[in-house]
Parts: sequence; structure tokens; C-alpha cells
Amino acid sequence: MSFTSRAADYVDWKRGQISREIYVSEEVYRQELETLFTRAWLFVGHESQIPNPGDFFTSRMGEESVILVRDKAGEIHVFLNSCRHRGMKVCRYESGNTSLFTCPYHSWTYTTDGRIRGIPLYKALYEGNLDRDDWSLIEVAKLHNYKGTIWATWDPQAPDFLTYLGDAKLHLDQALDCRDGRPGGSEVIGVHKWIFPANWKFAAENFLGDTYHNPSHRSVDMIGIGPSALQGVKGRRDNEMEEAQHIWCSFPAGHGVHSAIQPEGYEFVDTFKNDPEIGQYFRHCHEERKRRLGENARFLPFVGTLFPNTSYHGRQPRSLCSWHPHSANETEGWRFFLVDADAPTKVKDFLREYYMRYSGPAGMTEQDDLENWLYATRASTGTIARRHNFNYAQSMGASSLNPVVNGIEVKGDVSLQVTEHMAVGFYRRWAQYLDREPWDVLLGAGDERFHAQAAE
Amino acid sequence: MDAVQTDPKLRRDPAYFALRAEIEEFFYDEAECLDTRRFEEWLGMLHEDLRYFMPMRHNVKFGQHDERENSREDYGISWFNEDKWTVSKRVEQILTGVHYAEEPLSRTTHMITNVQVQTALPSVEAADEITTSCRFLTYLNRVEYETYFFVGKRYDRLKKVGGEWKVLHRRIILDQNVLQAKNLSTFF
Repeated sequence: MSFTSRAADYVDWKRGQISREIYVSEEVYRQELETLFTRAWLFVGHESQIPNPGDFFTSRMGEESVILVRDKAGEIHVFLNSCRHRGMKVCRYESGNTSLFTCPYHSWTYTTDGRIRGIPLYKALYEGNLDRDDWSLIEVAKLHNYKGTIWATWDPQAPDFLTYLGDAKLHLDQALDCRDGRPGGSEVIGVHKWIFPANWKFAAENFLGDTYHNPSHRSVDMIGIGPSALQGVKGRRDNEMEEAQHIWCSFPAGHGVHSAIQPEGYEFVDTFKNDPEIGQYFRHCHEERKRRLGENARFLPFVGTLFPNTSYHGRQPRSLCSWHPHSANETEGWRFFLVDADAPTKVKDFLREYYMRYSGPAGMTEQDDLENWLYATRASTGTIARRHNFNYAQSMGASSLNPVVNGIEVKGDVSLQVTEHMAVGFYRRWAQYLDREPWDVLLGAGDERFHAQAAE
Repeated sequence: MDAVQTDPKLRRDPAYFALRAEIEEFFYDEAECLDTRRFEEWLGMLHEDLRYFMPMRHNVKFGQHDERENSREDYGISWFNEDKWTVSKRVEQILTGVHYAEEPLSRTTHMITNVQVQTALPSVEAADEITTSCRFLTYLNRVEYETYFFVGKRYDRLKKVGGEWKVLHRRIILDQNVLQAKNLSTFF
């Protein structure tokens, strides 16, 4: 089935309306696999999952299984998990350490740098007809290690990762950097994997900064499950941003985030009160971070989605998510939980217990999101339903380019009120991938929001 | 590692079968509470020092199962690894009536089978602390078409408090790698 439509026709960004087809159509879904997941930078895993030579973690890019592996020389690779001979998965373990990937089917073997090590009966059956150097495991076109997070793309023409990330970098940093402001230093302490019957974009969009869906979580907010809940504090997290100005930012490459900027002269807000020792630890981190980062310490993250399907929760809780597509109405969610690798054990224990009660399919907060995504997908599949667009007009026109907020210039198309303009920006870019636009367009070249003078 | 049975197997004598019957009855009472949505009553069957644990299951190489197949209790991330306060919060959440993942409430049937007593202290005849193993099959259906089967093994430590059995430690071994459900909104 070929894609005969123009994806741009589904996204009426001027009126803030988007066709339901993009969430339910198999044809659209196939086009996403062909044109989007083959080009965009995708999150594959974390360096802490493969610390030693020979360590591997099997991951996914789009619908396809890939192997993230550190070769014997210490270099990181991402390979398609499929034998070059008949396609059998060469690795069906989730993680481990190995010298060779052996295909169970006909026993072709590959070294950790992807090269063929052995083909049974090579001399008798293949000599002269097959050059082993041409039949290595299929490797991604580009790979980037950003503060321990490994990203990859199948498109050799793709811009380098930092160009792709653009000004969303500052916000992603808030999730990846140590709580006391040192760059990087996070580790993955576990990965939830679960499959749910909803389109992957519902999950991605949720984390672009859909603050408006707060009422979904009324039940946890009523009972209190946050890091100070034992002290009677309600809500699902401690509100350390009560004095802050919240910001919702859309970026040229399609990313969207919700962060906040503390006012000048702000003080530590008493949080993590379930345990005074943990509270003291985070007070210490706060002071250190302020000392290290200066004015930039006033940036605090909530959530974000890096185009197309990597999301983060920046602080309470703290994790990275991949929303792997399985079909138009089925998604495999992976949640990589993060802590500072050198945090005290007691802090890690406190955090992971909080993460588990908040996040993932057993998490008291996330369960309600999944209910929404499932039934939003299901109730959009009908013929009549598909004739009626979704509305994304919220706070339309309320954003501006690079505003100064609490004395700090904030890069991007930024709103200071709850908004859906990040979603509109996301889908504008999404349509351009499906319509096979060139990379300069995919990075926002034709988007008037980021080129104010050119549009005049 | 699923089962931890280092002690010798208890002798299958009348005292053993009487104890097993008592424990089966306890498990059936729990299931009845959950399936008839008497969640607060169910909480009363849990010890104040409860640990409630469900690991994630990993696909690992032969020979590594003991060490790496299951996520570890009190280390890293699992599906559940919590105390009675957290389990009670889950009940409290359902009782708000606005926990949309359980509103409207799911229909569940908790089936318990293969119950065995593994250890009994101080003796089978006078047991006040025991460990058990069993199998569970939990059927969940919600709204119209959503149906899930959760099947696995359960290893419990029960302790008598004021003459009544309470669940002190529950280890739930769900036989799935990628969770085949959108949520784990039921109890095990």
C-alpha cells in the first residue's frame, strides 16, 4: 500500500486542527516507518547499560530490533538485529556480555564490531562467491553519545545530533545532568517495557508539555504520592516551582518541552520531606547546582519530547522514555529510570521507590495516561470520527520567539501559559518527514516562527 | 531465581495437609475480597511490615537465570517493590472514584492453585510463620473489550498476628517479559 496523500493536508497548523487519520490510519503508519523512523535521530540506550567491552543491550528503532553493543576495543555500535543470510535475530537476550553474536539458524557468527567471524563450510560452499567484508551486520548511519545517552539514525544525510537537538539541549541537560549541576553522570537503574493499544503519538504528544491533561491525575493528587506524602503533602510531586514562571517551548526540529524558570534570588523549597536525610541531600544538591551553574541554575525541567518518540521526565520522577511503534494502534513503551550514578545508596533507594509508584504501567500516575491514550485511539478509528479533526487551538498566538523570562533569554517559540503550540510544531515537522522534505526543512528552515524577519 | 527452597521438604502428613488447607482458605479469602472489591478488608489481611514485590523478567543466556533473570528486590527497578503504605495508597486511589484506569472498576477473578507450604515455624503443628508457594491466574476485563490474563507463581511469607494469618512478604513472579498489558492496576 503506497502513501497517496499529502501528510501536510492532515495538519492544518494555521487553524490548529489535525486530522484523526494520523493516529489511526495504517497507510499513514506505514509512511511513518518509511520516511520518519528511517531518518530521525532515535534514542537507543544508555552508556551505563554497556559499561564493559562486549556488553550489549538489545533495543529498538521504529519497529525494528537493534543491538547496542560496546565492541572489544571499547567503541559503541548500533546494529540491526538480523542475520545477513536469512534474517534470523542474532541476539534474543535483552542484555549481557559476549564475544560473538551467533545466528541460531545457520550459525553465521559476527564479532562485536559487526564483522563476520565465521560462515560454516565457507571454503567449500562460498569461496569466490561471497566476500565476508561485504556482509557485516547492518549498522546505523550515525551514532552520537550525548552525556551517556546513545542516539542513532539510519540516514547518512542527517545533521549531526547536536544540530538536531538545537536549543532543546538546555532542557534535556536538566534531565541528564547530576542534581548538583555537574554535567552528565546519570545511570539507568532499570527499564520498564510494556505494550499498549494506542498510537505512539499520543504518548509523545503527552510529554511535549501537555500540562492541560492535569485533571487526568486528580486521583493521585488527592491522595498524595510524592516525595513528601508521608508528611501529609498532597499531589504527585513536591511543588518546588511555586514561585517559578513556567515556560512551554517549541523548537525548529519539532521538539517540545515544558520547563520553569525560578525568579532571581530564589531559595530552596523544602522538598523530599519523607526523610530528613534525603531532604538534606537535595538541599545540598540545590546549593551546589546554584554555585556551579549560576543564572542557568534557575532553569528547572518538567517534561519534554525530543522528536519524534523520545520523552523525558526531568526531575520528579526522572526518566527517559521511548515510544516504539508496533502498528497504528499499538505501542511498546520503554521507560529508562535515571539516577546520579554516584548518589548515595539511600538516595537511590528513595528515588526508585518513588519512580515505581509514579511511573510505568504499575505507576499510580501513568496508569491514568494509558487509559486516555487507549480510548482516544479506539474512539478515533470510526468512519464518522475520522471526519472530524482534533482541536489544537489552545493558546494559539500566545507564544513568541526567544523571550526574556525572569531576566533570562529563553530560546525557542515560547509560551508563558498552558498551550498546545508545541504539539502543532511537532506535527508540522512530522508532516514534512512524511512528505519527504529535505533536511533543512525538517530543521525548520521554512517555519516562520523561527525566522521573524524573513517572513516580513 | 524463582523459588528459594533450601530447607528440606516438609513431610506430607495429616498435620501438613491441615495447615495447607488453612492457608488455601486464607488465599481464597484474599481472592474473594479482591474480586468483590472489598479492598480495605483485603488490606487488613496484610502485615504492617509487608513487602510486596514483583520483579521484571529478563531474557538471559542459559546458566544466568539464577543471577540475572529477575530484577532484584530492593535494588533497581521492578514492577512492584513496596511496603504497606504504598499498597494502601493504591487502594485509596481506587476509592477516590476518579482513578480513571480503574473507573469504571475492572472485573477481576483471582485464581490460586498449586498451594504448598514450604517451611513452617516453629513446627507444622504449631505454625505461626510459614512460607508458601502457589500459582496464580488473574483474569481482568474492563470496560468493553479489554481483557488480560496475568499468570505466574507467588511466594509468600505469612505470619500470625493475634491468631490471624497476615501476609508479611509477597513475591509475585509474572511469566512475562514485555508486559502484555497497558497497566498493572490490579492486586496479586
